[in-house]
Amino acid sequence: MELIFERSRPGRPGAAVAHNDVQMDVEVDPRYLRSSDADLPCVSEPEVVRHFTNLSKRNFGVDSHFYPLGSCTMKYNPKFTERIASDEHFAAIHPLQPQLPKGPMLVQGCLEVIVNLQEALCEIAGMDAFTTHPMAGAHGELTGIMMIAAYHRHKDRPKKTVIIPDSGHGTNPATAAIAGYDVVTVPSDRDGCMDFEKFKAALSDETAAVMLTCPNTLGVFEPRIREIADLTHEAGGLMYYDGANLNAILGKARPGDLGFDVVHINLHKTFATPHGGGGPGAGPVGVRKHLEPFLPISRIRKRQDGTFALDYDQPLSIGYVSPFYGNFAVLLKAYAYIRLMGREGLTAVAENAVLNAAYLRARLREHYDEACASDTLHEFVLSASRQAGRRVHAIDIAKGLIDHGMHPPTVYFPLNVKEAMMIEPTETETRETLDAFAEAMIALAKLAEEDPETFHDLPRTTPVGRLDEVRAARQMDVCAPSL
Amino acid sequence: MSTEDLRFTKEHEWVRIEGAKAVFGLSDYAQRELGDITFIELPPIGKQVAHFEAYSTVESVKAANDVYAPLSGEVIAVNSVLENAPEKINQSPYDEGWICRIRVADPGETADLMDAAQYEEYTQGLKS
Repeated sequence: MELIFERSRPGRPGAAVAHNDVQMDVEVDPRYLRSSDADLPCVSEPEVVRHFTNLSKRNFGVDSHFYPLGSCTMKYNPKFTERIASDEHFAAIHPLQPQLPKGPMLVQGCLEVIVNLQEALCEIAGMDAFTTHPMAGAHGELTGIMMIAAYHRHKDRPKKTVIIPDSGHGTNPATAAIAGYDVVTVPSDRDGCMDFEKFKAALSDETAAVMLTCPNTLGVFEPRIREIADLTHEAGGLMYYDGANLNAILGKARPGDLGFDVVHINLHKTFATPHGGGGPGAGPVGVRKHLEPFLPISRIRKRQDGTFALDYDQPLSIGYVSPFYGNFAVLLKAYAYIRLMGREGLTAVAENAVLNAAYLRARLREHYDEACASDTLHEFVLSASRQAGRRVHAIDIAKGLIDHGMHPPTVYFPLNVKEAMMIEPTETETRETLDAFAEAMIALAKLAEEDPETFHDLPRTTPVGRLDEVRAARQMDVCAPSL
Repeated sequence: MSTEDLRFTKEHEWVRIEGAKAVFGLSDYAQRELGDITFIELPPIGKQVAHFEAYSTVESVKAANDVYAPLSGEVIAVNSVLENAPEKINQSPYDEGWICRIRVADPGETADLMDAAQYEEYTQGLKS
C-alpha cells in the first residue's frame, strides 16, 4: 500500500485554507520562522479518505477479531459508553473551565461522575480513597510507589528496596527503579507464586513495598497472600497491588481485604474502556486511609450542601501527576460500564472470565504443555516446548493463529516459562468463538507434528507476511527510502 | 573457542581470568535461550561491579534480562563492537561477543563459580 506521501502531487490541495485578513504587526523572531515549506502531502480529500479508510480495514482489534492477549484483558468495549462520552454536555466542556472564578459550579456533573467513580472503585477494591489522575497502568504504578515513598519519608523511615516476584510485569521493577528504590527480585515456584522462604529472606526493615499481581501472571491466586501482607506490614513495608489481573476477582475478593495498601486499576482492562490506540487509557490508584494525605492534587471535595469543589490544599500530597483531572472521557466510560453492570454484573464478569479460561485450558491441555498444574483463574499459560522440539516455537504458533483470523496470545511472557503462550479469553466471548480458537490451536499443534517446515513463512493471509523482527529491533529506521 | 579455561555463573555468564584482570561474557546456552540479541547495555569504564549483582541489561526479540557480574571489580574496557553488532554475542559468545574486561577485586570469589564441566551438567539439568 502506498504511503500518503507517495500519493502526493505538487499543487493538489485537499483543503481550502482561508485567506489571512488579520493584520499582523507582531514581530516574530526570525529563528522561529520556517525557512522552507512544511513537508506535507498534497492530496485531494477523496484521496485522503480512501487512504485512511483502506488503512483502517487493515486494523486488527476487538471490534473485528478475537483477541486473547494474556494479561491485557482485551474484552469488548461496549458502544453505549462511547455514546455517553461523546454527549456534548460532557465533550464540549473545556478542561480550564473549572479554573474560572466559580468555575467548579459549571462542571458539577463532571465532578460528580469522578466522585461516583472513585466511590465505586473504593467499594470494588476495598480501598478508602482513589485518585483518577493517572493516565495509564504504569502511570498509576508510579503514582502509587511515589505515594509509598512519600509516606515512608513522612514517617522518617529510611527505606531502600521494593520486592517483586520474577513473574511480575516489567513495569513493576521499572516503576520501583524510577521512584528511587533498588529492586529485589524473588524467584517464583512452579505455580508462579513467590517462593515463600526466599521472600522472607528478602524482606527486611529496608523494604518499602512488595509489588504483586493477584492472581499472578500464571493466573494462580497467591495462596499465602495474607501471610505475605502481614509479614510485610510487620517489617514496616506496604503492599502494592498491580490491578492488571483484577478481572479475575471482581466481586469475589478485594485487594484491600487481602492486605494491600495501594492498588492501581487499569480501566482499559477491567472496565472495558478501549486500549492504547483506541484509548487513551486510565490507571486510577486507590489507597487505604493512612496513605490518603499523599494522593495527587487536585482532590474533589464534597461540600455539605451536596456540591463538589476542587481541593488543592493538600500539604502532604505528592503533587500533580497529570494535567487537569485525568482522562475524563475514559473515566466517564468506565463509570457508565460499572453502573450498567452493577454488583451482580461485575461478579458475573469474573465468573465468566474464569469459566472461559478454564474451558479453553481444558480443551488445550493435551495438545500443549502447561506452565503449571494448579487451578488457574482468568488466564493460563501454555508452553510450546513440545512443539519446539520440532522447531516450531511459540512465535510460529502465534503467526499461525493470525492465518486463522485470531490475535495471538501473549508470547514469551512470563519469562519464567519457556516458550510461553499466555491466553486470556475474557468474559465477552461466546462458546463458538472459544471453540474456534481451541480448534485453531489444535490444528496448529497437529501441523507442528506433521509439517513443521510450513510454519516458517506464516502468516500468509495478511497484507505483509512474516516480518523480520530481529532487523526491526536492530535497525530502528522506519523512514520510507523515497523520503 | 574452548571453554576449558572459563568459569560460569548460574545466571549463564562466563568469566575468563587473565592474571589480575578478567573478561565477562554470556554463555552459549544464554544466547540460545535469549534468541536474537538486539541490544546490550555496555557498562561505563570505571564502573564498580559487584559479585553476582546486575551490571548490565541485554535485550532480545523475546525479552530484556539483567546481566550479572561473575566477580567484583572495576570495568577497564568494554567491547564497543557490540553497540552496533550485538549479534556477535549470538555468533561468537566466547570470543567476539565478550562484553567487558575488569580489574579483579577479590580473586577468592572464583570459588563460587562453576567450571565448564559443572556448567554443562547444570544446563543439562535445566532442560528437563
